[in-house]
Amino acid sequence: MKPPSETDAVDATVENPVAGIDQSAGNFSYDVNYEFDAGTGLTENTVRYISSVKKEADWLLEFRLKALKTFLEKPLPTHWATKDLENINFDKIRYYLAQGQKPKRTWDEVPDDIKKTFERLGIPEQERKFLAGVEAQFDSEAAYSNIKEAVAKQGVIFVNSTEGLREHPELFRKWFGKVIPTGDNKFSALNSAVFSGGSFIYVPPGVKVSHPLQAYFRINAENFGQFERTLIICDEGSEVVYMEGCTAPKFSTSTLHSAVVELVALKGAKIQYITVQNWAPNVYNLVTKRGLAMEDAEIKWIDCNIGSRLTMKYPGVVLKGERARGEVISIALANDGQHQDTGAKMIHAANNTTSNVISKSISVGQGRATYRGQVHIPKNLKGCKNNTECDALLINTNSRTDTYPAITVRGDKNATQHEASVSKVSEDMIFYMQQRGLTEAQAMSLAVNGFINDLARQFPMEYSVELKRLIDLEMEGSVG
Amino acid sequence: MSFPVPTSASAAVVGSFTEAAFAAHLARVAHLPAWWLDRKKAAYARFAALPMPKRTDEGWRFSNFAALTLDGFSLPEPVKLADVHHTAMGITGAGTLALANHRVVVSEPIAAEFAQKGVIFASLQDALLKHGELVRAHLLTQPSKLGSEKFAALHEAFLEDGAFVYVPKHTEVAVPFGVFHYAANAGTALFPHTLVVAEENAKVTVADFFRSANAGERQFICGGNDLFASHGAQITYVAMQDWSRETLALQFNATIARRDARVLSLNLHAGARQARHESFSQLQAPGAHSEMLALTIAHDTQEFDQRTLQIHQAPNTSSNLLYKNALLDRAKTIFSGLIVVDPDAQKTDAYQSNRNLMLSDDAEAHSLPGLEIQANDVRCTHGATSARIPAEQEFYLQSRGIRKAQADELLVFGFFEEVLGKLENQELHDRLSEIIRAKFKE
Repeated sequence: MKPPSETDAVDATVENPVAGIDQSAGNFSYDVNYEFDAGTGLTENTVRYISSVKKEADWLLEFRLKALKTFLEKPLPTHWATKDLENINFDKIRYYLAQGQKPKRTWDEVPDDIKKTFERLGIPEQERKFLAGVEAQFDSEAAYSNIKEAVAKQGVIFVNSTEGLREHPELFRKWFGKVIPTGDNKFSALNSAVFSGGSFIYVPPGVKVSHPLQAYFRINAENFGQFERTLIICDEGSEVVYMEGCTAPKFSTSTLHSAVVELVALKGAKIQYITVQNWAPNVYNLVTKRGLAMEDAEIKWIDCNIGSRLTMKYPGVVLKGERARGEVISIALANDGQHQDTGAKMIHAANNTTSNVISKSISVGQGRATYRGQVHIPKNLKGCKNNTECDALLINTNSRTDTYPAITVRGDKNATQHEASVSKVSEDMIFYMQQRGLTEAQAMSLAVNGFINDLARQFPMEYSVELKRLIDLEMEGSVG
Repeated sequence: MSFPVPTSASAAVVGSFTEAAFAAHLARVAHLPAWWLDRKKAAYARFAALPMPKRTDEGWRFSNFAALTLDGFSLPEPVKLADVHHTAMGITGAGTLALANHRVVVSEPIAAEFAQKGVIFASLQDALLKHGELVRAHLLTQPSKLGSEKFAALHEAFLEDGAFVYVPKHTEVAVPFGVFHYAANAGTALFPHTLVVAEENAKVTVADFFRSANAGERQFICGGNDLFASHGAQITYVAMQDWSRETLALQFNATIARRDARVLSLNLHAGARQARHESFSQLQAPGAHSEMLALTIAHDTQEFDQRTLQIHQAPNTSSNLLYKNALLDRAKTIFSGLIVVDPDAQKTDAYQSNRNLMLSDDAEAHSLPGLEIQANDVRCTHGATSARIPAEQEFYLQSRGIRKAQADELLVFGFFEEVLGKLENQELHDRLSEIIRAKFKE
């Protein structure tokens, strides 16, 4: 294995004069000698290779092969989504890269190059400070995985998906692929065929995990596809907060990130899933996320999308049990050359279920932010309510925003309301702040942070601070 | 025949509207100007070549396709005035025109004071013969953009007659023109059209009534209207659609508003089994305003599919869309609207609202309000709601001795009043109310 070097690191230490933080914290990569490499392109052999490397059971290989067939059969959804999807060259992507690592339980055991990556991104400090457990995935496999002893003693399971499948098949198989079936869409089929990594969490009945669990996803290699698969099951009356962060270095070639995340909140359980994504502008981020909320359960997606070339992500909740509640809080920032195509799905499937969607987007330069939503209340349900609010902020003359909600209501015992607005930062506000000595960029950052402030407050403090800094960075040089 | 011959594969999807049917139609309009016949031939070729829309097309999302068949229809046969039970519905307007199966059956002359000023109110065939260039400049000049390209081509190909209203510069016609379009006989296919042209600073109100001669007859209607408002002009257009309950009806609107023009269009949807209405407003110059209003009273198994497009092409334009649907029984409504703001259209003020009042446990409402904004200094908002009448309001009325059906009617009128109240003309307000009230008696 080649020793780690930083020769490939690009612009790693440029300071941001506004926020005083590292402008491109995630923008570095290392040469890594991968022990396992499925090569480029996707065939049945690729799938068989991944499955054999991971020493999987026959049923799982069959599951993967069936998914591959579905993926190959399904067309790209360009009849409603952007044609930019056609620029993904599936034959040039590497679908599995690993050093043969098994997730380590202490930082000392993690290989130096990978450890350096995560140390640079500040993962160990965060773990020490406020996490109940952390999992760090490097390309296709988890490199480090740890859960605090006290939490593990309560019976909470927090491992990567490979380990989950192997060690806890009775829990895993019951819900695996049930919330998001393989054929749900082309990219869920792709993930089902080649998935690797991701988290498996099980929280036993009544256990309330006091501190968040965190996963960190890192793409290091060029032309790479990361396909993590996450399954979180909260048993009756339990609660968990899960956070994920993502980064990838800037490469001139495109990188694909296509995750599938399934959440199951059993009776009275609560799951909060927080994503702060800051992908490099070459990443196609095509993710399917959905939760199943049983009686009195609550699933809340808090989603912050910054970076990437194209993000298509519509977290959803199937409100399956009476009085279940679903919520999506979403912030998206689209800079030049980026398209944040995000939204939410709320499928009401039981009486007295409620859902709430609040989405705020900011388009900078020629960035494009799209909200796409679906609210579905079928016949014969009663007492279901949905509220959706979408606000878009346009910074520059040619910024672009779109809103495409689809709301279906059957019957007269339910209610939905949807509101959306588009506006720009008020010139008076900027003038006022400049009068008081702020630069135009500082004033704009302040205005944008004010726009999302009510949502940002819902993030844990550390993330809220990070979010503010990321927005400061994106706003820099964006005005004028 | 001189028009392009469609391939046999595409001809298979044209239902009753075969080449022979088109040739028969051409023979009926052979006396009209050559340029118009050429356009019709080109339209027929487009119709034959274009594929039928598919269920998976975004522009047809949630539509019921089973009922969308073009088979079993024939071109209209002549009928007499007595056959259509014409009533002017109390409209005492600037002029009245009634067409039954594309033939003029009533033509009340335009008031002399307006005729002297150059106002034209005529059947479309008359206008094509006497004012050809004026019609040519405004008739069907906007492309269909909301999913019905094939049917828009069919409309142009088979359009036989309709109404033409022209108001010259600086002329105001204070009272409305009334146009009645009747369909008679089962199986009739009709292609009504109304063209309204208001020149600079002109002002006009036009009311279109769409009715079947007899209840229970199944007809196919593929209609259209063009509203052209030049600089500073004001057009109020009211369409009352009350076709028979078996009818399949499509209607396409194209509105153009130039500098400081104001166009108000109000569409009442009451009739037909399955009706689709596409409305396309273009705000082309600063100061232009388009008010797009619709009321739908849907009952039984009726389906109303409404697709709208507000395009802001210039700075300082505004539009306001308010579509209100009241749904009873097993009725279904679809609203899909889009506001588009072009990159140069700064200072746009656009609003779009779809409100669905659910009056039955079997009713079904779909809302797809959309925005595509490419300029930043704008105020664009939209809203959609679907909900029932609050139980306490119903209880309040019932506790005062008002039966549920009556209470529903009162509450629907209360719900609709926001739209009805925007009409300045009391007669039109009353006619709309009458059609809505009649639905509660069915």
